[in-house]
Amino acid sequence: MHGLINRAIQSFVCNTYGQSRWIRVTEAAHLGFVEFEAMLVYDDETSQRVLHELCAELGRPRDEILEDLGTYLVSNPNTEALRRLLRFGGVSYVEFLHSLDDLADRALLAVSDLHLPELELHEHNPAEFTLTCYPGLPGYANVMIGVLRAMADDYGALVMLHHNDSQEQTETISIKLIETAFAEGRRFELGARAV
Amino acid sequence: MIGDSDIAALLERLCPMFVLLDETGHIKNVGPTLQKLRTDQEMPGQRFLDLFELLRPRTVTTMPALLASAGAKLHLRFRDQPQTALKGLIVPLPGRQGAVVNLSFGISILDAVRDYALTSADFSGTDLAIELLYLVEAKSAAMEASRTLNLRLQGAMIAAEEQAFTDTLTGLKNRRAMDHILERLLRAGTPFALMHLDLDFFKSINDTLGHAAGDHVLQQVARIMVEETRGDDTVARIGGDEFVLIFKLLQDRERLDSIARRLITRLEEPMPFGGDLCRISASIGTVLSSQVTQPDPGTLLQSADLALYAAKRAGRACHCFYSQDLDQNVDQNRVPSRANAEPEA
Repeated sequence: MHGLINRAIQSFVCNTYGQSRWIRVTEAAHLGFVEFEAMLVYDDETSQRVLHELCAELGRPRDEILEDLGTYLVSNPNTEALRRLLRFGGVSYVEFLHSLDDLADRALLAVSDLHLPELELHEHNPAEFTLTCYPGLPGYANVMIGVLRAMADDYGALVMLHHNDSQEQTETISIKLIETAFAEGRRFELGARAV
Repeated sequence: MIGDSDIAALLERLCPMFVLLDETGHIKNVGPTLQKLRTDQEMPGQRFLDLFELLRPRTVTTMPALLASAGAKLHLRFRDQPQTALKGLIVPLPGRQGAVVNLSFGISILDAVRDYALTSADFSGTDLAIELLYLVEAKSAAMEASRTLNLRLQGAMIAAEEQAFTDTLTGLKNRRAMDHILERLLRAGTPFALMHLDLDFFKSINDTLGHAAGDHVLQQVARIMVEETRGDDTVARIGGDEFVLIFKLLQDRERLDSIARRLITRLEEPMPFGGDLCRISASIGTVLSSQVTQPDPGTLLQSADLALYAAKRAGRACHCFYSQDLDQNVDQNRVPSRANAEPEA
């Protein structure tokens, strides 16, 4: 799994639960190191071991932790760069949802060996959507729920999300848009740069 | 026939940075994004070439000349601050006077979005501006991550090199480090003296008191040698109980002899270990870089080795300088290639 993904997990745990708990996780998973390098690629098995030990350390189910990870990635100032990149997707939440079809390609454009699973948005009516997450990264749909929720806050939209029971490996998320301008939302200036 | 206002309305939606010019080169209409770059001044009514300076083609100063450059890529910039650079294309209006100029930012887009607080709504839906901005940010973030990794790798490399050049037991330089230093000195033509020091009676310490005692003695020996040399000198452990000392810019035999004898005296002081006293001594052979006509590391070490062997033959605890006579008296029974041995891996 790409170092950026491992690094995201590390950043989430360190900033939410503290470095000492992260170090305990790396020891339990027999990593042999504490810091993932963002620009190296690691075995998938290594990442799965870390997640497994993380669930044990926090005493929480994996799905929940991954959802929080998705929220963290969008809302924490440490990962502002990622939020900005997602906001390039569109000026409204609906435009953002439609831009998810290109997310995997956009990721590849930025980092040529970062392969994210394909996403596909279906619009049933202007307020109801289904996001299909294709296989390739176990738990990706859970992370996406966190991302979708946090991005809704970012745009000031109010949404209801539901993770549908998965059919084989392909997972779907139902998105119900209650209000597009529910709250103020966060500012996004094209010219500003994330540090 | 469509009128000017229809054309303007059409262009506004297709190219938000258009300029509609009349036959005298005055601005009749501009797109909303272009007007946003100069909110304090009304663009319509101004002369196009008063507002913009044409950088390429340079010679254009009149409307007919401007019209003649139709089809060519125009490079221009605002005459007042901020002098944002723009690219443009001029097309004469068919069947009438006047022309349409379509402008875009080109690479200046990075500054422009910041200087003018532009949003995605300011760009046409087919404009790749937003994708370009996305890519610049994504690549900068990826480059930053790569740079961090490179810095960490560089740090690790320096640490590994440091380790590769150090004898871990004594903290002295190792054989490989000595080879590097010798090569550097020889390449620069810096004069120096090289001492080959071999401990006497060390094996019996190892045999009778054990390796822990041996290690302790080696550490004491290293400490003494560092204390008896200058910071600029090199002290290296090149074998079990063999050491090489390199004295940069020192060719004075008297001083070298006194250093060697002081070293031997100090090394002969009994070293307590546990309840025992370890007694050793040392033999030293010295060669000056100036003594060898075409000095290379192998020849120098071999010469020092010959001097060391002469010192051993003279009885233990002696110091000998290399002389050319020694070359002729090489003992057939010893292995002359010892100093030429391959560096440790």
